[in-house]
Amino acid sequence: MTALLSVRGLRTVFPTRRGPLAACDGVDLEIAPGEALGVVGESGSGKSVTFLSVLGLVRPPGRIEAGEILFDGTDLARLPPSSLRALRGRAMALAMQDALSALNPAFTIGTQIVETILTHGLARSEAEAREQAIALLRRVGIPSPERRLADYPHQFSGGMRQRAMIAIALAGQPRLLVADEPTTALDVTIRAQVLDLIDELREETGLAVAMITHDLGVVAERCARVMVMYAGQVVETGPTAEVIASPRHPYTRGLMASLPSLEDPDRTLHAIPGQVPDLARVDAGCRFRNRCPLAIEACAQPVALREVAPGRASRCLRAEEVT
Amino acid sequence: MTATRLAERLAQLLPVLFGVSLIVFLMITLTPGDPVEIMLADQRATDEQAAALRRDLGLDRPLVERFLVFLGNAVRGDFGISFFHRRPVWDVIAERLPATIELTLVALIVAILVAIPLGVMAAVKRDSWIDRALSAASLFGVSLPGFWFGILLILLFAVEFRLLPVGGRIGFAHEVPRETGFLLIDTLLAGDLSAFGNAIAHLVLPAITLGLPTAALLARVVRSAMAEVLASDYVLFAEAKGLTRRRVLLRHALKNALIPAVTVTAIETGSLLGGNMIVETVFGWPGLGRLVVESIFARNYPLVQAAVLLYAVTYVLLNFIADLLYTALNPKVRL
Repeated sequence: MTALLSVRGLRTVFPTRRGPLAACDGVDLEIAPGEALGVVGESGSGKSVTFLSVLGLVRPPGRIEAGEILFDGTDLARLPPSSLRALRGRAMALAMQDALSALNPAFTIGTQIVETILTHGLARSEAEAREQAIALLRRVGIPSPERRLADYPHQFSGGMRQRAMIAIALAGQPRLLVADEPTTALDVTIRAQVLDLIDELREETGLAVAMITHDLGVVAERCARVMVMYAGQVVETGPTAEVIASPRHPYTRGLMASLPSLEDPDRTLHAIPGQVPDLARVDAGCRFRNRCPLAIEACAQPVALREVAPGRASRCLRAEEVT
Repeated sequence: MTATRLAERLAQLLPVLFGVSLIVFLMITLTPGDPVEIMLADQRATDEQAAALRRDLGLDRPLVERFLVFLGNAVRGDFGISFFHRRPVWDVIAERLPATIELTLVALIVAILVAIPLGVMAAVKRDSWIDRALSAASLFGVSLPGFWFGILLILLFAVEFRLLPVGGRIGFAHEVPRETGFLLIDTLLAGDLSAFGNAIAHLVLPAITLGLPTAALLARVVRSAMAEVLASDYVLFAEAKGLTRRRVLLRHALKNALIPAVTVTAIETGSLLGGNMIVETVFGWPGLGRLVVESIFARNYPLVQAAVLLYAVTYVLLNFIADLLYTALNPKVRL
């Protein structure tokens, strides 16, 4: 299947007092319709910035410096702001971590859904948009949606609020949903419900999902493919099961070793020694080498993301030696 | 709900008014200066005549008794007779009040109309030249003494360029029948457009002088509130929905940014009442502020007492209005 979203060599830069900082640097990725791609990495690894770049929501003075973002064949990085705006919320949508802060406290849920529908010209009248809003809230499992349209975000429970936010994201019938930590703020039972909802939408409508998270459990359960980011770069990508079972990058392996295991609860958890490099000061070489047990001299040279097995890629010279 | 809340507010007002009366009573009676001496200053009165006047005004009674009499009358809505005008204090105040309300409202409207767009622009274009210019200008505006700025404006626009009148509410050439006491309304009621224009010309300089500190403060508040709101998740989410920039800024962001601005505006309006005394004096504006200043100098106790009580009531009511607006803007707060 051809990719819905295909990003090549994306570099998004923020000027800082210490010079330009590339929050994501040379990122390549692809998502097919109906696919869920897990995007993992620690805070500051560039996973959110990558997808904010896709949505055209990088706040100035930050800007996309290089690369192409092909969405259904159109390069979003070269699109004028008004055309990009018309695609936002319509072709691609964002679901955020905390619905309480993502929803505007001063407007009702109804207003916030209806304005999205009307902005994209998906209803001829406000009444029609209201009908659609009710259907959307019902679709995401909110009871008596007619009544809840008039409620403000703070009057919803945490789980319902998260559903309402997803309903708003879906109001423009998008083909790509960027879910940025969509369940981190939720408790376990509600988390499963929200993830089930996203899975259903994906299967029913062919929605492509980018699931940005630092919860490897969510990725293992819900995403067929995973992409691991470190210090602004993709370090490993491949089918989730394979990547978890046999990582091909020392960072991914370190990430796995730092997780508690249900099978072996007595296992010692390993922290990766050292710190993430300062992104304003990185050189062309491997960014993980100062923390890497496998580092060799050649790691100071640029290391490209390369195929290590069918459908799997790693940005490590010694990928085959990672165990 | 709102009615109970208003009743509550008014009940809270009673101890405030009592305290304010007491403090003002003590301050004005204990400061040196004798109203009888001031009143008879150029009239070569005998001691007997002075004593008679003193008795007449009730100033020969002990302090405590005078305060209690004042309180007793005030409760019944009787604030006494103005020493100088020889008319009920309330009548004198009511005559002057529209001029002050008119000036204050115009100053407030000017301040709001200037401050909100500037604050929004500075927040949207953070660290741009407009942001820096606004920061500098608002610091200037907040710290400028009103009497000095007023005189400067008069010298420049009235004396030097002769563009605007020096003072007063309206030119002598215009005869406007008094209906509401608000000249902008009365001139229109009389269908006298040239008098209306003249009244506006008289309002320009005092309104700018009075409104400038408010505009400066408000612009800073709007800027910082707006800057905070623009960095919020819900603004990012609104943009992610594909809303136009205009809608994101003027609806999603501004409605939230106005919440702190409303409170500041209400408090500032209260302080405009104080600013009025200076501005009305500088511009010869026949309003309450100037009347109070004159009355303080003349030790016209009843009038000062009544005016200060009026200020206190106004202040509390303004805060109540701010609460109502705050509630309208912020659905999380329900009275």
